[in-house]
Amino acid sequence: MISNDMNFFLIFLSALLVNNILLIRFIALCSFFGISNSIHASIGMGLAVMFVMVMSTLVSWCVYHGILVPLDLKFLRTAAFILTIATFVQLEEMFIKKVFPPLYRALGIYLPLIVVNCAVLAAAFLVIDYKLGLFESEVYTIGVSGGYFLAIVMFAAIREVVDHAPVPKSFKGHPISFITASLMSLAFLGFKGLLGL
Amino acid sequence: MKRFKELTKGIMRENPILVIMLGLCATLACSTNANDAFGMGIAFSFVMVGSNVVVALIRKIVPGQIRIPVFIAVISTFVTIIDLSIQAYQPLLSRSLGVFIPLIVVNCIVMGRAEAYSSKNTVLDSFLDGIGMGIGFTVIITLIGIIREILGEGTITLSLLGLKDKINVVEGIAGLINNFAAAVGLGNIHVAPDWYPSVLIFILPPGAFLVIGFLMAFHHRLFPKE
Repeated sequence: MISNDMNFFLIFLSALLVNNILLIRFIALCSFFGISNSIHASIGMGLAVMFVMVMSTLVSWCVYHGILVPLDLKFLRTAAFILTIATFVQLEEMFIKKVFPPLYRALGIYLPLIVVNCAVLAAAFLVIDYKLGLFESEVYTIGVSGGYFLAIVMFAAIREVVDHAPVPKSFKGHPISFITASLMSLAFLGFKGLLGL
Repeated sequence: MKRFKELTKGIMRENPILVIMLGLCATLACSTNANDAFGMGIAFSFVMVGSNVVVALIRKIVPGQIRIPVFIAVISTFVTIIDLSIQAYQPLLSRSLGVFIPLIVVNCIVMGRAEAYSSKNTVLDSFLDGIGMGIGFTVIITLIGIIREILGEGTITLSLLGLKDKINVVEGIAGLINNFAAAVGLGNIHVAPDWYPSVLIFILPPGAFLVIGFLMAFHHRLFPKE
């Protein structure tokens, strides 16, 4: 899906729109449906995910290429990544609390949730699977997390309208959200032709 | 009788996908055909049962403050076991499930059951809970896989169960109708084997959302909330 000679802009665009992490790849859907009740919450969550994802991909890339590969411990990557990310999110939380209190107040409650957000772990795995270099990985991760932000905020906006719409009784609540997501996903599928990927 | 309830609650009333609504990533991404969906269900059930039992075994030794990292370590052990086993014995399945096997670690449902159930209940109860959740997950994800594959390609693939060939549902239905028409003396009615135009959208991502939305609505209908 991602070839070596592709430039950074294409990597970014493909991660942001063509392979949108929520709507095309179905990663991190729990938070997608759980938190998108209000635009406000989803903006907070989106920003927190962007922040954590960019940082943690950096750390896990270094852990993988600096520790696991030289020691021939590649099979431990699942355990190593999740523990790295969990520890790192904790550290980040303490750091933000100390240094940027306003940011902490805005993101605070979402940070612990991110430990179990599959998107962060998935990004860490995908950059390894695609064999990207460190800088490419960061560009890719910014694209992925930007896609997450875009999709969750748009979905929250649509949902606020749909929640007040008259839908059949059985479809009230989550089922209609899934149908909404299906239509959004259909729209994002249209980007497939954009880059000829 | 109470024990039996621990087992069955995961299958319908507290179904992990349709009611608890956790672990959706795997459900949607790995259900493009029946075979992948079934494989994912089995892998998930293994991790679920294993981690539930181990968490219940160690629940009295683990200090409260560090329980979450400990649970994650337990879960990722089982995920690594199943990941490597699938790579060794089912390389094709491993290729199509890809990143979603390691992602079982952060499948919220496994963590959720460890935290909410097996850290507070006996080993036997946790074992039964794990099996129930595993069956509930496997049944629904396989159902989604079958629906998507029939609507999208008109076939059912289940090579994990030893069926080498794809079951071609569309041709089967055409054959049934033709035989029935011949039997009741309407020999001039004939359905071509390729009467069904495959609806590609069901194999693609939007179809997954659509199918699960409709299944959920159906479930609401059967088990309305009080």
